Amino acid sequence: MKFIFMFLLLTLAPNSFADNVLVAVASNFKAPMEQISAQFSKKTGHKLLISFGSTGKFYTQIKNDAPFDVFLSADQDHPAKLAQNNLALKETQFTYAIGKLVLWSPDPKIVDNKGEVLLKGSYAHLALANPKLAPYGVAARETLSQFGLWEKLQARLVFGENITQSHQFVASGNADLGFVAYSQLIIPKKAIKGSFWLVPQKMYSPLKQDAILLIKGKNKIAPKEFLAFLKSESAKTIIKEYGYEEHTP
Amino acid sequence: MMSLDLSPIWLTLCLALTTTVLLMLIGTPIAWWLTKTTSPLRVPINAIVALPLVLPPTVLGFYLLLLMGPAGPIGRMTDFLGMERLSFTFFGLVVGSVIYSLPFVVHPIQNAFEAMGPGPMEAAATLRAGPIDRFFSVAVPLAKSGFFTAAVLGFAHTIGEFGVVLMIGGNIPGRTRVISVAIYDHVEALEYQQAHLLAGGMLLFSFIVLLIMYSRRRPMRLGI
Repeated sequence: MKFIFMFLLLTLAPNSFADNVLVAVASNFKAPMEQISAQFSKKTGHKLLISFGSTGKFYTQIKNDAPFDVFLSADQDHPAKLAQNNLALKETQFTYAIGKLVLWSPDPKIVDNKGEVLLKGSYAHLALANPKLAPYGVAARETLSQFGLWEKLQARLVFGENITQSHQFVASGNADLGFVAYSQLIIPKKAIKGSFWLVPQKMYSPLKQDAILLIKGKNKIAPKEFLAFLKSESAKTIIKEYGYEEHTP
Repeated sequence: MMSLDLSPIWLTLCLALTTTVLLMLIGTPIAWWLTKTTSPLRVPINAIVALPLVLPPTVLGFYLLLLMGPAGPIGRMTDFLGMERLSFTFFGLVVGSVIYSLPFVVHPIQNAFEAMGPGPMEAAATLRAGPIDRFFSVAVPLAKSGFFTAAVLGFAHTIGEFGVVLMIGGNIPGRTRVISVAIYDHVEALEYQQAHLLAGGMLLFSFIVLLIMYSRRRPMRLGI
């Protein structure tokens, strides 16, 4: 009994001083988000409970009353649609990062710096995120269409449920190469493993990634503090470190 | 305008049928061996066969993905044989499903063999029936209901598979996009109408399968 009491005291104690913020975050932003979260907690004492997944999936979950306070999408459409449906606050929407699409293989010899491997390569499987659910999947489809390859490659495409799964298909070697987020390849101060092609941004619609305050976080202070922190210089430094472009309005 | 792609249904039926046939061929000797053996390996093999009952599909999916990749033993074997790698292929799903549904086939057959007892086989032996003849003309007919249950459960369980397929399948239309994955896709993309059609069909199908299975079971009569 004594132990149970002590256990409860230990687990509940931190919460009495700070709030938890439930954040839904697009998978491509995983690595920077973890660092931002650590800094935010250190600074404010609030704790972020983060779920990573595809933008489309979070959209569905939020429409079905998921308990998230803040949504960091991989595009602008989904947050805007949530605001239209009165599930998010329109005036809080802003672009926190502009993502970049890369074609990547852990094998240093596979991907050239013009993406010509797509046309010439003898690969069995090319991984990408499901365009139905993930904005990075849409960008990958647009890039393949530019090459006139979308129809032709159908039998060789494998779809990850989100960008993390496409990365994992390639990293495990099950797919020879794949479209992933540039941020997924970056470990600060280390060289990128394998070979990659940074897809020119004119080949796909810009991956402007927007954050928005959801209706569940409307009357809480901590979620707003987090959104403010996301705009701060220290957050921006981390975001840029992971290869994202800064949004200049 | 709603369009429903029917290919996941055929694909799922093909997968379940292939898996069930393979499982009956693999599961029967395993069940027979587990019934008859006095080897100390009996206990660990029993445990291994039952593992998919308790493991989350993600564990199987994760290890299969690593095993089938270029650095894994299965991947190396397929490379060595000049075959296509198993991940993202129909055959890869078959391998995953065979492992995933193994206990659902082995256990009913094993139970039926055990319920039979040694009597009938010994009687057949005294009539000079050879071991193979004895197995096919005595054991198999006596364990008939066990085989039936095994086939139905193996088939139905494979149809309901999701986690393993999601992890090693790559969601390819016509090749690895089975019904459960298609439903997940539709739900995530807010295409509820299509999701309803497939999900409702699954519900009805599963209920009918269980109805058929239970209707073959006689109620137990108490000898009062």
